[in-house]
Amino acid sequence: MTKVGVVVFPGSNCDHDALYVFSEILHTPAEFIWHQSQDLSGFHAVVLPGGFSYGDYLRTGAIARFSPVMTAIARFARSGGLVLGVCNGFQILCEAGLLPGALMRNNGLRFICRHVHVRVETIDTPFTASAAKGQVLRMPIAHAEGSYVCDPATLAELKRNGQIVFRYCAPDGSLDPASNPNGSLDAIAGICNRECNVMGMMPHPERAAEASLGSTDGLVVLSSLVQSLTRQPAAAAS
Amino acid sequence: MSQAARTPSMLANEIQVTPEVVAEHGLTPAEYARIQKILGREPNFTELGIFTVMWSEHCSYKSSRVHLKRLPTRAPQVLQGPGENAGVVDVGEGLAAVFKMESHNHPSYVEPFQGAATGVGGILRDVFTMGARPIAVLDSLRFGSVTSNAGSSANGESPEVIARNRRLVDGVVRGIAFYGNCFGVPTVGGEVEFEPGYAGNPLVNVLALGIAPKDKLFFARASGEGNPVIYVGAKTGRDGIHGASLLASAEFTEGSQQKRPNVQVGDPFLEKLLLEACLEAMDTGAIVGIQDMGAAGLTSSSCEMASRGGVGIEIELDRVPQRETGMTAYEMMLSESQERMLLVAERGREAEVFRVFRKWGLDAVEIGRVTSDGMLRVLHHSQIAAQIPADALAEQAPVYERPIAPAKPSVRSEARVPLAAMGTDLSDNFRRLLAAPSIASKRWIFEQYDHMVRTNTIVFPGAGDAAVLRLKGTSRALALATDGKGRWCALDPRAGAMHAVAEVARNVAAVGARPWAATNCLNFGNPEKPEVMWQFSEAVDGMAEACRTLAIPITGGNVSFYNDTLGKSIDPTPIVGVLGVIDEAAHTLSMAFRNEGDAIVLLDGRKSAPELAQGGADGLREFSSSEYARTIHGIVGGLPPAIDLAAESHLIDALVGLASEGILASAHDVSDGGIAVALAECGFASNGLTAEASWHSDQPVELALFAESGARALVSLPQASLAPLLTLAAKYEVAALVIGRVTRGQFHISLNDTTVIRDDSASLRDIWRGAIERAILGEQASKQT
Repeated sequence: MTKVGVVVFPGSNCDHDALYVFSEILHTPAEFIWHQSQDLSGFHAVVLPGGFSYGDYLRTGAIARFSPVMTAIARFARSGGLVLGVCNGFQILCEAGLLPGALMRNNGLRFICRHVHVRVETIDTPFTASAAKGQVLRMPIAHAEGSYVCDPATLAELKRNGQIVFRYCAPDGSLDPASNPNGSLDAIAGICNRECNVMGMMPHPERAAEASLGSTDGLVVLSSLVQSLTRQPAAAAS
Repeated sequence: MSQAARTPSMLANEIQVTPEVVAEHGLTPAEYARIQKILGREPNFTELGIFTVMWSEHCSYKSSRVHLKRLPTRAPQVLQGPGENAGVVDVGEGLAAVFKMESHNHPSYVEPFQGAATGVGGILRDVFTMGARPIAVLDSLRFGSVTSNAGSSANGESPEVIARNRRLVDGVVRGIAFYGNCFGVPTVGGEVEFEPGYAGNPLVNVLALGIAPKDKLFFARASGEGNPVIYVGAKTGRDGIHGASLLASAEFTEGSQQKRPNVQVGDPFLEKLLLEACLEAMDTGAIVGIQDMGAAGLTSSSCEMASRGGVGIEIELDRVPQRETGMTAYEMMLSESQERMLLVAERGREAEVFRVFRKWGLDAVEIGRVTSDGMLRVLHHSQIAAQIPADALAEQAPVYERPIAPAKPSVRSEARVPLAAMGTDLSDNFRRLLAAPSIASKRWIFEQYDHMVRTNTIVFPGAGDAAVLRLKGTSRALALATDGKGRWCALDPRAGAMHAVAEVARNVAAVGARPWAATNCLNFGNPEKPEVMWQFSEAVDGMAEACRTLAIPITGGNVSFYNDTLGKSIDPTPIVGVLGVIDEAAHTLSMAFRNEGDAIVLLDGRKSAPELAQGGADGLREFSSSEYARTIHGIVGGLPPAIDLAAESHLIDALVGLASEGILASAHDVSDGGIAVALAECGFASNGLTAEASWHSDQPVELALFAESGARALVSLPQASLAPLLTLAAKYEVAALVIGRVTRGQFHISLNDTTVIRDDSASLRDIWRGAIERAILGEQASKQT
């Protein structure tokens, strides 16, 4: 049986929401992982949820990267385990060096909470395997620091390796500056590592998993993850 | 403790209590005499401070108490009425809704960001201290004008004042976002209005809602002699001393900006930890009673818990976690440092409680114990720093029946709108109305709030008349809305308060929820002015009558007096928050049109008058108090529309009934801006749909389109469902008039077969959608974001 772990940092906010979607909507066993845990045995995928880990003092994700669980997660990732970071989770993965680049203040310098559209740029990841290339997904964002940046060499590498997973787009899938809510470089909304087993994204798939909440497009991401686990025997943990 | 130390001592560094010191604390000679009588001696300086905060207007409700008794507070669903940290109602399936509204007006004017942030923090603590996890926050905000072209108004504000108002809006919105977003509670609704009268005294009222299992509620009650009193959360500092008690209990003067140090500073991350730790600690079963340290901090939490439990509490200040050195007993007892809780645990089980708080990295220290003598006893440096009967502090504050004198009819009540000639095209006026900040979309504000976290929000801000949150694990949902009618209350406080209750109940009913319970926040001027007290008394009576007729119990709330700056009082502004219950979340309605071709029907609770508002002198007088009158003509005059509570009640029943029948596609109440604005809003909320409406009226055209008389709503539904709708309307005793259909492209209203408004719906939407952002940020800045 596959099992998904949802990390709880002090200040995590979307931990309950993520757990709810896995267990109640996708009927996949899921458990919380306390930030001081160093033991990921038994987990086949780990989700770093949104929120304000450690109050986001200093800089988003800057303190979380030093928590004991992050050492374990780095090990877990190296051994091929699936790691999904959403919003604050994405920021933490960048701070921890598991993903390249960084997330800066939104260009409008304000927190933004609204539904946006993103285009699936690659389906060669365990997080987008059940999507169609170019598919447009409607999911909410809710962040003040979501403007993705990296140096030109890194950007070139991301493109070359197909590591850009989502780009902000118009409802019809076209890219235009007005559809980029936070000023992200190249409209990047989500990226993965070179091995494609670690992904970070600013939009919240767990908030788009039920029609009554306004969209079910987030299930494309989360059920891809679950299906990938059942397809390939899990890289079980370190 | 030796016998010798049993009398409160004058500590060496304490200030002598002189008549001047008493006066500086705002105590009257009679109040001081009352203190002497209770103690049987002179109070020392610390005790004087403790009495001052507990007997302040903010904490004691001394001016409002006699009036608040008239509000209906009982009903079968009420599990806890006024008197606890928050009200509690049974919402079915074993769940209780815990909710309350509170003001943070003065701190928000002095320091908008922190003032608003700590307002959110304070009300959240009130909710989770009862064992409920907060699931929603709403904010009711009032500011001065943010646009310079508010009609040809005589109350025009100077550019400097308008610029300051904009900064206040920005600061307050950022403060609310900062706290709620980080804490992880969705900010799902509320309202914002802009009136010149709030320029020197904005209103920031915050409502929080939490959910708990009905059988796992916690109360702020100490019991069990010898049980440990435990302090948890942030360390105590010198911040916020006299914050609530002085800042909120006196008028503003030119020197008020110097009170900035009295404003507390919030840390939402710490509060989030406190929430999780408290809920987890409550699960251990080792907690006997718990209260947050809000206004008057350690003082109020300890004496109120002791008083409610009929016991005493003894605390040792040397054990209180302190952020600063050398703090006096006075400072520690009066500090309003945020994010602190006081709890009583079961003796012998302290370790279980400490373990939980340690896990979350929080200070938890035993600082005292429950006693049997009914005293609040404060020890500091091995001496008694204060010793006062707890009950005297919490329950024996003076109660005033302050003089009342009807407010003189304001000159402006004589003003009347000059009506346009028949056949005038009103499209231009309509565009101006849609851009009025009080009517325009609040998108720019609510997008700064995380309104989705916890994944329960099924009607987003702006999408319906009320926010709706589903209750996971049940088929139910809760609806919440707030409203207040300051402009109407200024003209007639009784009618204005009735309208506020009626409108917010209508809002809740429009999403399909049965109004279930209410909370309020009563914002008024200086209660020592007889006219203000008259406004207060009238508003309470109006609210009581409306709540009684609509069968909505009031489970608590807050009174904010002294909303005066430089001697001028705000418009009386009672804000009402109503909670509603939807049995089947799937039947929830929003205001958005859903299908092209659907019929649009105006429902009116006055069965006989499908599109009401009498013409003639009464109609014009009422119309002169409308948003249209203010925005287009700069007139605030006349009287609020006549209120018909029976009609409101019929309409509410009809909206709830029709929603549960599942035959409606949308519902939206008719309020600010009348039928015309309501029609447009249903389109703006939709996916590119709009309205084509046409009806007959013998009223002047502007009244027909923009009058704001109550008990009306617009619904849309498939043409095929019209017949059953008309049958049901008759059953619920409401009039139903088919006035149009849902279309695309042009928004079009004709009256008596003559076009009065026709405009491209997308351009109208742009005007409405961007007006607030343009007003706050200016044209240039708003284009860039």
